[in-house]
Amino acid sequence: MAASAKRRRGWRKRLGALARFTGALVIVGGLYSVFSPSLYAQEADDSANAVDSEVVKGQELYDTSCISCHGDNGEGIDGRGPSLIGVGSAAVEFQVNTGRMPLAAQGPQAPAGQPSFTEEEAEWIGAYVEYLGGGGTVPDDLAAMVEDADTAEGGDLYRVNCSSCHGYAGGGGALSSGAHAPSLDGVTDEELYQAMLIGPQNMPTFADNELTPEQKADIIAYVQYVVNDDRDPGGVFALGRFGPSTEGLAIFLVGITSLLLATLWIAGKS
Amino acid sequence: MKRRKGTSESLMTKAGGELDDRFKLAGPARNIMNKVFPDHWSFLLGEIALFSFILLLLTGTFLALFFEPSMTHVVYDGSYVPLQGVGMSKAYESALNLSFEVRGGLIMRQMHHWATLLFMASILVHMLRIFFTGAFRAPRETNWMIGILLFWLGFFEGFIGYSLPDDGLSGTGLRIAEGMTESVPFVGPWVSAALFGGAFPGDEVIARFYIIHVFLLPLGLLALITVHVALVFVQKHTQWPGPGRTEHNVVGFRMFPNYIMKQVGFMLLIWGVITAMSGLFQINPIWLFGPYEASIVSSASQPDFYVMFMDGLIRLFPSWEFRAAPYFTLPAVFWPGIVGMGLSVMLPLLYPLLERRFAKDRGHHNLLQRPRDNPARTSLGVMVVVLWVVGVVSGGNDVFAHAFHISLNAMTWAGRIGIVVGPIVAYYLTYRICLGLQQHDREVLAHGLETGILMRDPDGRFYEVHQPLAEPDEHGHTELEYSGSWVPKKMNRVGVLEPTDRGFFKSIEEPEDNGARKGERRDEIEAGKQ
Repeated sequence: MAASAKRRRGWRKRLGALARFTGALVIVGGLYSVFSPSLYAQEADDSANAVDSEVVKGQELYDTSCISCHGDNGEGIDGRGPSLIGVGSAAVEFQVNTGRMPLAAQGPQAPAGQPSFTEEEAEWIGAYVEYLGGGGTVPDDLAAMVEDADTAEGGDLYRVNCSSCHGYAGGGGALSSGAHAPSLDGVTDEELYQAMLIGPQNMPTFADNELTPEQKADIIAYVQYVVNDDRDPGGVFALGRFGPSTEGLAIFLVGITSLLLATLWIAGKS
Repeated sequence: MKRRKGTSESLMTKAGGELDDRFKLAGPARNIMNKVFPDHWSFLLGEIALFSFILLLLTGTFLALFFEPSMTHVVYDGSYVPLQGVGMSKAYESALNLSFEVRGGLIMRQMHHWATLLFMASILVHMLRIFFTGAFRAPRETNWMIGILLFWLGFFEGFIGYSLPDDGLSGTGLRIAEGMTESVPFVGPWVSAALFGGAFPGDEVIARFYIIHVFLLPLGLLALITVHVALVFVQKHTQWPGPGRTEHNVVGFRMFPNYIMKQVGFMLLIWGVITAMSGLFQINPIWLFGPYEASIVSSASQPDFYVMFMDGLIRLFPSWEFRAAPYFTLPAVFWPGIVGMGLSVMLPLLYPLLERRFAKDRGHHNLLQRPRDNPARTSLGVMVVVLWVVGVVSGGNDVFAHAFHISLNAMTWAGRIGIVVGPIVAYYLTYRICLGLQQHDREVLAHGLETGILMRDPDGRFYEVHQPLAEPDEHGHTELEYSGSWVPKKMNRVGVLEPTDRGFFKSIEEPEDNGARKGERRDEIEAGKQ
């Protein structure tokens, strides 16, 4: 059986070559990891390794869903999308969790919509963008901060900083050329914080030296009290809280219409 | 004890006699009680304004008990959590307390506000009726002018009331009013400084506005309303033309007992609608606006709807500023704000005189005109309505843009183009529609009603049978003269005096006694049954 022995010898030869090659790679890789600083080498403990894997998973998602506009390694592409280096995970989580990103089409402003990723996936992408160049993050104890916040102080800050676009009642408003300040109805604490921190779309940025994290928590407490706890002591219907515009509509549609019917009734009953 | 003699009726008579002996009431009371009111529904529109005004006086008195017109600085300590510890004026604080602490205060405030909106809206609707039917013509021009003045008094009364709570929205409105005042060349800044007691906002304006709002303007309104109604009694009502209705009579119901009952019922109904709206719909939530600070302007800051027209004009007008070196500046707001408002006061006020002059109509008119019979006036009216609606929509253009996802710039340009083109198109279309309606009336009077019965001649020609409205004369013509009154357009309308038969949900008219059908109801014919 010369042919089969020859085949077996060839197989053994190939296995030997593979073992030698693997051994060489391990030696080279080991030497490399000893002498050259790397992504993996700097992280020491186990929790950091978990973040690492989030970064890797985030990069995978980034490379399939974000790269076409924001470019390789979040460097941005002229005329399509800005660089993401330095925007931080707060920006990514805000844009992705509210469904603003990935963007369906270029327009005056990314509209909020159905999110394309789960919150976990958004965290991974956030971790990747964070890894690319740091940036703002939401404090871990935000819920406790909002719990302790001063609603009245938040109201003052809201009226000075926010009402000129989002309106007294947080219903949102029109900006020029098709842009708009969205309604704050149903927006979570985290999203409010992220939005103030990063200034998404046409919104100005309120960095921590302009509004401290505590002041941001005050504003969140006020917005949640006024907008989302839905307190309208004045009636069953708040008329969208649009103010005199819808009140004027209501007086014609409800008041004048019902009384015109009444005049027909009274004149008819003679 | 001695029993009184006589029945209750004779006692009433006796009491009446005693009163007449002392106060000479019989003459005037007879006049008033015998006043005849036409029974058409469109004559009830002014009453909506009248009864809203009475409710405004009542609710306003309640509010005045608790409102403090003072700009003294205080720190809020009431029950509304998001304002606790916030500095504000006493006026705003008392308005908040009125809403949250005073029992029934919030609904009273909301009733006052809804009644204001209803007052102004019903004035507009009433004015449209008077205008389109020509009821303002001689001898009633004075009453038309009083009506226009009432609208403008209500306009300022409402605007000042909106300013009183000193919340963020009212301060923003006041700032615009101040800007408009200052834009008047030469005198503007002086007038503004006199009004605010120095620079805006100062600490005087609320107290000044308060006395204007609760005393001066209501007095003016009350006086003008009294004259307005008294003139209707003196000059008698106008009425629609129709059989038995001439320039020299009024057909309808007497004040007593019929009309007064309807009026009381109508008044309670109007108050009921206002109260229901105040319970159902939140209006002017001042606690959301916060105290007024000059640096804070919210998006979607609008005035109440009757002022929104002015706001719209200001929003639409281009920023054309005229400067003459070195000192003189005429800001753009002067044109829509001061000139626009001046024209909006003067043109309606003088309209009856203008129409008299241009139409060369010197006669007295007690019979109304159908809008189609005076196409020029009707088209002019529709033109103004379109202008007003474009102005109002533009006053809320940011709310519209946001609610309907339209670009704000597109809204502004649509308003700029619409306010010029819209009225012209409206004039032309209305004119053509009026002429078309006139022509159809004449056609029916000349040739009769369409019966829906198609006939075929032996030679094959189809034609529709027409029912002439009159007996043929000796030439076989059935043409009738147009009398300015309603013309029946359907067979089952022949012989009905009114456009509709009477009754609301079901007819209250008895079937006509016409010979064979005496006492019978009309039989219904159902398909398939004989």
